Amino acid sequence: MKCPELQRPALLEARGVSRLYGPGKGCEAIDFTLHRGEVLGIVGESGSGKSTLLRVLSGLERPDTGQVAYRSTVAQGHDGAGHEGELDLYALGEARRRALLRMEWGLVHQNPRDGLRLGVSAGANIGERLMALGERHYGQLRAAGQDWMGRVELDPKRIDDAPKTFSGGMQQRLQIARTLVTRPNLVFMDEPTGGLDVSVQARLLDMLRTLVRELGLSVILVTHDLAVARLLAHRLMVMRRGQVVESGLTDQILDDPQHAYTQLLVSSVLTP
Amino acid sequence: MNDYSDATTGYNFAYLDEQTKRMIRRGLLKAVAIPGYQVPFGGREMPMPYGWGTGGMQLTASVLGQDDVLKVIDQGADDTTNAVSIRAFFERVAGVTTTSATAEADVIQTRHRIPEQPLRQGQILVFQVPIPEPLRFIEPSEEETRLMHALEEYGVMHVKLYEDIARHGHIATTYAYPVKVDGRYVTDPSPIPKFDNPKLHMAEALMLFGAGREKRLYAIPPYTRVESLDFEDHPFEVQQWEEPCAICGARDTFLDEVITDDRGGRMFVCSDTDYCQSRREEVA
Amino acid sequence: MYVAVKGGEQAIANAHRWLADRRRGSRESAELEVAQVEGQLRLAVARVMAEASLYDPELAALAIKQASGDMVEAVFLLRAYRTTLPRLAETVPLDTAAMHIERRVSATYKDIPGGQVLGPTYDYTHRLLDFLQLAKGETPTPVEAEEMLATCPQILELLDDEGLLEREADDGSEPYDITRDPPDFPVDRATRLQMLARGDEGYLLALGYSTQRGYGRNHPFAGEIRLGRVAVEIEVEECEVPMCIGEIEISECQMINQFGGSREVAPQFTRGYGLAFGHNERKTMAMALVDRALRAEELGETPTGPAQQAEFVLAHADSVESAGFVSHLKLPHYVDFQSELELLRRLRREHAARRLQPDEQPTTAPEEQQA
Repeated sequence: MKCPELQRPALLEARGVSRLYGPGKGCEAIDFTLHRGEVLGIVGESGSGKSTLLRVLSGLERPDTGQVAYRSTVAQGHDGAGHEGELDLYALGEARRRALLRMEWGLVHQNPRDGLRLGVSAGANIGERLMALGERHYGQLRAAGQDWMGRVELDPKRIDDAPKTFSGGMQQRLQIARTLVTRPNLVFMDEPTGGLDVSVQARLLDMLRTLVRELGLSVILVTHDLAVARLLAHRLMVMRRGQVVESGLTDQILDDPQHAYTQLLVSSVLTP
Repeated sequence: MNDYSDATTGYNFAYLDEQTKRMIRRGLLKAVAIPGYQVPFGGREMPMPYGWGTGGMQLTASVLGQDDVLKVIDQGADDTTNAVSIRAFFERVAGVTTTSATAEADVIQTRHRIPEQPLRQGQILVFQVPIPEPLRFIEPSEEETRLMHALEEYGVMHVKLYEDIARHGHIATTYAYPVKVDGRYVTDPSPIPKFDNPKLHMAEALMLFGAGREKRLYAIPPYTRVESLDFEDHPFEVQQWEEPCAICGARDTFLDEVITDDRGGRMFVCSDTDYCQSRREEVA
Repeated sequence: MYVAVKGGEQAIANAHRWLADRRRGSRESAELEVAQVEGQLRLAVARVMAEASLYDPELAALAIKQASGDMVEAVFLLRAYRTTLPRLAETVPLDTAAMHIERRVSATYKDIPGGQVLGPTYDYTHRLLDFLQLAKGETPTPVEAEEMLATCPQILELLDDEGLLEREADDGSEPYDITRDPPDFPVDRATRLQMLARGDEGYLLALGYSTQRGYGRNHPFAGEIRLGRVAVEIEVEECEVPMCIGEIEISECQMINQFGGSREVAPQFTRGYGLAFGHNERKTMAMALVDRALRAEELGETPTGPAQQAEFVLAHADSVESAGFVSHLKLPHYVDFQSELELLRRLRREHAARRLQPDEQPTTAPEEQQA
């Protein structure tokens, strides 16, 4: 597995991030650093606050307290830019925050229907982010669409079909193609294999692992499925009732869990 | 029957009160300063239904002077019912001179067409706009579309064009074809046929757009860049006809198809009646 | 030779004459007087005043007569007239607690201080056609009480004392004026209420009804419905107390709705509010339901029904706007239609050509996508 560049400055940092809806509901006092090329898994049961944390990290929900800092590679000179291009996500105007999500980041939803335009063809879905970045050549858009359909193991001949004619697994592949086509600096994934049956999951995971490695993606991955975490993540954070109870290298956490809750979590699933 | 004759005396010049006209003119100044940007304005109820040109009428009322000559067209023609009705309205409430000659008009209110004869400096063309938001059919929420304009999030406009080409081999938008004004705002040119889009680019006249029901106005000032959205390998193109106008023989105008009998017979004639007429007179 | 399919001044004038004749109807019966409309079709008058946002029973009656009874057209006539009126003064807020009650009911208590007053209501009439009216029978005069009803406290104030009901206080801010300024979504509650107050009754009724059927349910109780006359007062510089310039008849509805509370706020009842000119009970009830539904976001509820989507509800509530835009489809659209014709012919030609050359790679999507 390709090694993340730990010497380089952090790509994303959470500093004392809290977002609570009620006691134990949400996430509380989260600190971590994500380095370029690293895949960080956030695991925990449903209701542990991992999805809230993902929303806060990806700019969709303002935290009650704390800071999310992102180091942009795109030339700045805009509002909210700190030293060495570090951006305080929630000090940015909404315009810049949305521009980040559109230009530099990618978000893979658990339900592909949330991330796709169901009414337009697969090709238009893949091309949208390219068009948003200014690509104005139909032939090239189409070529990129076909190329990416191939990469996510979809039949390029179906480029003009609407996503609603695709199966759930195919829709998820399409969503991944649509997100990765612009080679985002940072990808957020929310249970990317959730809701799919087991055989479909396995193939998708395999494909995802290959893509992450080939493209050297930096990923924050939220999942309740430890098998998914083991396959994709370099490092893990285990969450329970809004707090991080344990974090470290994936193998370390899964093979030698220290915290009682993590032990319970690990023992309750069959490890491969 | 004269709907306004008795009531007219009680109304201000051009119907709207001076405060309202000033408010609209302030909006227009802002619109001219930010070409293509939709300026919200406190639209008033007009004595005509929404959707029938109330936005254009409020703009016309606000810029019209007592010595101005007014022309009103609908579908390019001066004698369509709604054009007649709006012209009659301004004759009654403003007492201005009206004309059907494009060259003689100071202010032209139009629905769905731009006159064929190029407009000159000093003329004002007022468009009636039903839905001012070019992003509306992709995103129904006003809150969201305003944000999209602010952030220049226009990728989705090209998604629609892409989809057209994938499906039909052509961009299938034929009227209300979206444009980018001065390299910044994506703007709805009102439901003019795309045939008229090139006339918006670097035009000499001031073009004002009014949407009464939606309470928005916007402008394309003279000599402004106006590009129709397209792809490099599928460039924007306008409609063409295989035959000339059956009346004046023009080959470079927008033609209406007229059904002449019940056996499928038809002919094509200029939609701009004034242009057609003046060409015929030249020939005669 | 080509005959213009285009109308002209003469055609319009003729249409207006014909319309006037149809409005007058058979000359064998007497012409309807505006005073008759005002006096005998008072609920129609109330609706037109409410949706036109102008309290003038006589002109509303004229509008109804002039519109041949078409309520949407009558609202439009009165609304267009309203725009031309100068704004002379602003009234102080109406005090509905000081209303001279004609009708006042509450569904939340069996008996209430001041009593339940049915007033002139259709509620308990049997909906049987009264053929006596066809035969011009006499109408008996009403029974009259010995003395006028005293002003009654508002029921919701009783709950308010216990803190069971959310408080609604005037923060003194200047409300947005929807007749002067363009709507700027999202809008605050004062603006929403203005838009609902002039919204089409049928539309609000349907939306309110949809919340009862589960599309954004919020458990309503009719806390109080009152109808009567209130004083309209303005501040005059020389006077210390506001001056009464007249009375208007209004209807008011306060709905009580459940609310589970949030982290900050203990569970309590919330309110939906409806107000309209004249006797307009159904409208105010529907308005109160929709007002409460539109507060979903403010109260931290997840919107699940169309009635809870503010922009959708408010942007389509006005009958003058909606009727105008629907009717504009009658205007000529032949230029745009011509553009579509030209494209359609081209696409069909190309489609036919492709079918003749099956080797060529089709660019058209499969049939299923066209749906």
